[in-house]
Amino acid sequence: MIAVFAPIGRTVLGALAAIGSLAIYAASVLRHMITPPFYPRALLGALYQIGWLSLPVVGLTAIFTGAALALQIYAGGARFSAEAVVPSIVAIGMVRELGPVLGGLMVAARVASSVAAEIGTMKVTEQIDALVTLSTDPMKYLVAPRVLAATLAVPLLVAVGDSIGILGGYLVGVGRLDFNGAVYLKNTVDFLQQWDVVSGLLKGAAFGFLVALCGCYFGMRSGRGAQGVGAATKQAVVAASVLILASNYLLTELFFSA
Amino acid sequence: MITLTHIRKSFGSNHVLRDISLHVPKGSSLVVIGGSGTGKSVLLKCILGLITPDAGQIDIDGRQGTGLQNPDFLTHFGMLFQGGALFDSLPVWQNIAFRLLQGSNKLSKSDARDLAVEKLIRVGLKPQDADKFPAELSGGMQKRVGLARAIATDPSVIFFDEPTAGLDPIMSGVINALIREIVTEMGATAVTITHDMRSVHDIADNVAMIYDGLIRWHGPVGDLESAGDPFVDQFIHGRADGPITTQR
Repeated sequence: MIAVFAPIGRTVLGALAAIGSLAIYAASVLRHMITPPFYPRALLGALYQIGWLSLPVVGLTAIFTGAALALQIYAGGARFSAEAVVPSIVAIGMVRELGPVLGGLMVAARVASSVAAEIGTMKVTEQIDALVTLSTDPMKYLVAPRVLAATLAVPLLVAVGDSIGILGGYLVGVGRLDFNGAVYLKNTVDFLQQWDVVSGLLKGAAFGFLVALCGCYFGMRSGRGAQGVGAATKQAVVAASVLILASNYLLTELFFSA
Repeated sequence: MITLTHIRKSFGSNHVLRDISLHVPKGSSLVVIGGSGTGKSVLLKCILGLITPDAGQIDIDGRQGTGLQNPDFLTHFGMLFQGGALFDSLPVWQNIAFRLLQGSNKLSKSDARDLAVEKLIRVGLKPQDADKFPAELSGGMQKRVGLARAIATDPSVIFFDEPTAGLDPIMSGVINALIREIVTEMGATAVTITHDMRSVHDIADNVAMIYDGLIRWHGPVGDLESAGDPFVDQFIHGRADGPITTQR
C-alpha cells in the first residue's frame, strides 16, 4: 500500500516545497525592489527588452483574437437574434480576460524563456559569482530590475493589446459583418466600464510580476551546461504559464465574484 | 593573510574537503594543485564565501569569517575566473571598470574608462579593444580582460581560478608571467588553483596539493621536486602509474 501512495506523497510534498520556495523568493524580490541600491539603467534596459520588444507579438496576438472573437460572438449571438452584442462583448472579453491572459501568456513565452536562459547562462559561466565578487548583489542588479520592469510594462502591453484587439473586432464587424462603424464604436464605448479596463490592467501587472519572477527564479537555479539552462528555460515558461492561468482565476474571483 | 583551520565541506555523501588547514602569509603567492574534482574550486569558493563550509574556521587579515562575511573584504579583492566570467552585455572597458561604476564612491564614466584603458594596456591589450564586447575577443584576450578586471581596484587579495585553462602554451606563459609581475608589483596576497605545472613554477611562492579532501603536501615551490611524497611525485610528473588511481 505504501508503495502506491509514496510516489503521490513525494509529488505533493515536492510541489508544496516548490511553491513555498517560489513564495519566499518572491518576498525576497519584493524587498530588493524597494530597498537601495537601485539600478535605473538596468531597469530601463529591462523595460526596453520586456516592454517595447514584446509589442509586436502582443499586438499580433490581440488583433487576430479580437477578429476571431467578433466572428464567434456574431455566430453565437445569431442563434438567439443577439448579433448586436458583438461590439460590447468583444470589448468586455478583450479588456477583462483575453487581453491580459493572452498578452501575459505571449510575454511568458517570450520573456520568461529569455530571462531564464540569460540568467541561467550567467550562472553556469560564473558571471553571477563574478557580480558577487564585484560587490554587486545579483538580486538587486539582475532580478529586481527585470521583475519591476515586467510589472510595469505588461499592463501597458495589455492596454495596447486591448485597443488592438478591439480594433480587430471592429475591422471584422464593419468589414465582414456589415456593422455601421460609428454604431460599433458607440456600443463599444457605452458598454465598457472603467473597472473592466482597470481590472485587466491589474491582472497584467500581476502576470508581468509572475513571468519575470519565474524567469529569474529558474534561471538562478539553472543546472550546469546547455542541458541545465535548457531545462531551466522550459520550467520557467511552464511555471509562468500555469501561474498566469491559476492567478487569473483567483483574480477574477476577487474582482468579479458577487 | 588568510588562515584556514579544519575546513570541511560535503555535497551529500561526497566529502570534497575532509580537513583542510592552510596559512597564506600576507603578500605571498600560494598555488593549490590537485587533480580534477579534488575540491580546489570548492576550497576557493569557501574562502570567498560563495560556498559555506560545513565546519572549520576561516580568518582573513585577522578577522574571522569568509570573504563575504567581512564587509570591507570585497573592496580590496579581485578574482580571475576560469572562463573569464566577463559580462556579455557590457563592453570590455565597462567589464574592467564595473566596480568603479557602482556604489556611492563611483567614478565618473570618463575617469572609469581611462582607468580601464590603463589596466587594459597593463595586461597587454590595445586601447581600441576597450569598446569591443567579450564575444568579439579570443580566449586569451578574454583571460587578459578578466585579469584587468581583477586588478582594476589594486586589490590586496587576488584569487586566480585555473588561469591558463584552455589556452595555448604561449598564451599560458604570457598569462603566468603577467600574474607573477602583477602580484609582485602590487604586493598582493594571491591564491591560485591550477593543475598546470608550468603555472605552479611561474606563479607560486608556496604550493599546497589537495588529494582526497586533505592537504597532501604544503611547502615552498623550490621543495616541490624533492617533496619525497609519492602522490606529489606522480602528480607533478604526470605519471599514469602511482598511488593516485585514475580511470582509463
